[in-house]
Amino acid sequence: MYRYDQYDQAMVDARVEEFRDQARRRLEGKLTEDQFKPLRLMNGLYLQLHAYMLRVAIPYGTLDARQMEILADIADKYDRGYGHFTTRQNIQYNWIKLEDCADALADLATVEMHAIQTSGNCIRNISSDHFAGAAADEVVDPRPYAELMRQWSSFHPEFTYLPRKFKIAVIASEKDRAAMRLHDIGVRIVARDGEVGAQFYAGGGMGRTPMIAPLIRDFVPIDQFITYAEACLRVYNRYGRRDNKYKARIKILVHELGAAEYIRQVEEEFAHLLSVGVEPPREELARITAYFAPPAFVDGPKTVDRSDPDFALWVDRNTHRHKHDAYVSAVISLKPAGGIPGDATSEQMRVVARLAREYSFDELRVMHTQNLLLPHVRIADLHAVWTALDEAGLGAPNMDTIEDIIACPGLDYCSLANARSIPLAQRISERFAETGRTEVVGELKLKISGCINACGHHHAGHIGILGVDKKGTENYQISLGGSEAEDVSLAKITGPGFDEDGVIAAVEKVTDIYLATRADGERFLDTYRRIGMEPFKEALYG
Amino acid sequence: MADNLGTSPDEVQFRFRDDEPVDHAAVTVDSCCDQTNATAVRIEPGDDARVLLPFLDRLALVEVNFPSFGDGRGYSAARILREAGYAGELRAVGAVLIDQLSHMRRCGFDSFAPDKRLDEEDAARAFATWENVYQRAADARRTIADKRHEA
Amino acid sequence: MKILTGNDLRSGAVTWWNGTGWSLFVDDAVDVGDEAEEILAREEAARRVNVPYAIEATIDAAGHVRPAHIKDRVRALGPTVRRDLGVPTANKTGWDWVI
Ligand code: HEM
Ligand code: SF4
Repeated sequence: MYRYDQYDQAMVDARVEEFRDQARRRLEGKLTEDQFKPLRLMNGLYLQLHAYMLRVAIPYGTLDARQMEILADIADKYDRGYGHFTTRQNIQYNWIKLEDCADALADLATVEMHAIQTSGNCIRNISSDHFAGAAADEVVDPRPYAELMRQWSSFHPEFTYLPRKFKIAVIASEKDRAAMRLHDIGVRIVARDGEVGAQFYAGGGMGRTPMIAPLIRDFVPIDQFITYAEACLRVYNRYGRRDNKYKARIKILVHELGAAEYIRQVEEEFAHLLSVGVEPPREELARITAYFAPPAFVDGPKTVDRSDPDFALWVDRNTHRHKHDAYVSAVISLKPAGGIPGDATSEQMRVVARLAREYSFDELRVMHTQNLLLPHVRIADLHAVWTALDEAGLGAPNMDTIEDIIACPGLDYCSLANARSIPLAQRISERFAETGRTEVVGELKLKISGCINACGHHHAGHIGILGVDKKGTENYQISLGGSEAEDVSLAKITGPGFDEDGVIAAVEKVTDIYLATRADGERFLDTYRRIGMEPFKEALYG
Repeated sequence: MADNLGTSPDEVQFRFRDDEPVDHAAVTVDSCCDQTNATAVRIEPGDDARVLLPFLDRLALVEVNFPSFGDGRGYSAARILREAGYAGELRAVGAVLIDQLSHMRRCGFDSFAPDKRLDEEDAARAFATWENVYQRAADARRTIADKRHEA
Repeated sequence: MKILTGNDLRSGAVTWWNGTGWSLFVDDAVDVGDEAEEILAREEAARRVNVPYAIEATIDAAGHVRPAHIKDRVRALGPTVRRDLGVPTANKTGWDWVI
């Protein structure tokens, strides 16, 4: 994986000192909260419901054991012994003190990590396919391209006060495991006639006006990659709406101009920027790519001993095909039935770090599903890995099932929330685990957001749940038929909302309809797409 | 002309140029395009900096107004002018805060007239924050990637 | 009644105006009547509190202060899903009234 050289390290160190200085000026009263807020946000520091919250970037979701151990140490030293892994492959700490924050950032910097641009109206942490470098179906490893973008977007002098936040995802396979088209810019690295280039999508997003990004360029030659991205951003910075924060995302610009007009403006700016020359030297991509050379895989057994049914189930559910046939990628579920999706204790982080060191070439991933991943595990080692995970409470065999719920922090932590998300996730996962229906139902992506901002991706859930405020009490709307994958679609609301008990019963009813009507091999989403909304509505409200 | 806009040289707190500053008021972008003799112009966030491109030769001062620090359109305006070869003074005025100075400098601003005078020491630190930079921008500094691959 | 709440600037902890300072315990909150604006402006300027605001609340029979809005009730005790991390007073007043 990528390693900082003295330049990258100096940038991050300088940023820590800059932030230390900003925090000092705030504490001394030289900065008002209004002035300090954008500065702390650009260092990932929010003021949340109960305390300051620090969001740490995990670029394209990749980290090593040492980094994970520092994340654990920070949880113990400056927080309350745990962290929350997010859908954008970051980690959030919920109880950081302003006066400690610079120290926490300095600790992060010792392992080449930071919280730079994890919030604010700037280009955020670049996300990617969690199976990058391991997936059998990728054209290339997308991470070098994401790293090139990370450097370009870090402290970008022109794009620090954009109309609104800006999220980019980079993938390199037909399958989309990063919700690429629900990002402000989605990039797919492709190969045409042996030449590598980038396909650009722009104007996707969730939030209050969910939109799927249209294709804006089918092929950007790779030695013009950054220049093209710069053109996209410049047009947005100049013309994105600033009169209304709810209409300020690029999706609104692309929608209001129409994709064709946005494309025209980008092409014009692109031609201009090509003449200016903003592309990094070509050797830079080669330098970065060298860091992502595949580890030294060795041949070995390709099957496991399935005599232990619990282990066999975990292997079936939680492992993913690898480029090398003696390896798999193993998903570490942060979704124990009844647990808090995405939360991990410092102890669990250390277990995971140890396993990465021992069994996965010192590499870990954070998945956008709020799980962790050991990308390269020898099939021969799987039983040992599973045993250790199970002991640490990390062995739930539930990837992509209804227990694998994405839930935002909701009203338990978030000051923007209307309703709690986590208790729903806890009750639903518990109910399905107890009744044994998880296995029967199979793949079903359930996603919960505590308000319209959609941090829990509810628009992209096979079943989505949205918390709304009903005269001061929590209420939940259900929607069906969303997908963040290559078959991307936005979920549709079923009808009036439910209270907490009601929504749990409703989820069960919806899965009843699916089980009663599914054809062979159909997932929940397929059945919904075939039979439409009516039968579900009938069951819920009829 | 009716407009009597802009900052006077006294209001400029930081200036990275040796020439004499323009000592008369700036005009709006619209008037600048109509008038043949204006040498100082003031860009508001909604103005398209590119309409000034035909007149760059006669301009000695372009002020870019930041009515609020969160409106970043002026950064693009500045770079666009420098990319087109504008060599006169480029002055950031309005809600110019300490933590924006280094980015503004990179976008081509070479003078600063903040609404509220900035602490000199904090500002000096801010201008010097980044010893190295990742992106090519209007200041023509050699980037980190350039340095990595020189030789 | 009208009470004041905010976060401590240094630690970020949720605090409540008790008439002379900022307390961690919602039960210490006092009715500020029509002095809210004045206290908020003064305290924020002195950096004794960060982003404070006034809210409606009631006092129950046992003397407990109950913020009117669900969000402030959650703020008063801590995340409902991590009661182990709640404000210590939670053990005394129980959680039933929060949601
Ligand atoms: C707890 C503090 C959080 C705050 C205050 C917050 C705030 C917001 C806001 C305001 C939006 C809407 C932006 C817009 O539509 O313009 C948003 C969107 C989003 N947030 Fe969060 N969020 C928080 C936590 C999270 C967490 C924990 C995650 C990951 C689990 C997350 C991931 C996202 C995603 C994926 C979106 C939607 C994608 C998009 O922006 O289009 N956020 N967030
Ligand atoms: S969806 Fe709403 S409630 Fe959930 S984290 Fe985002 S802003 Fe908070």
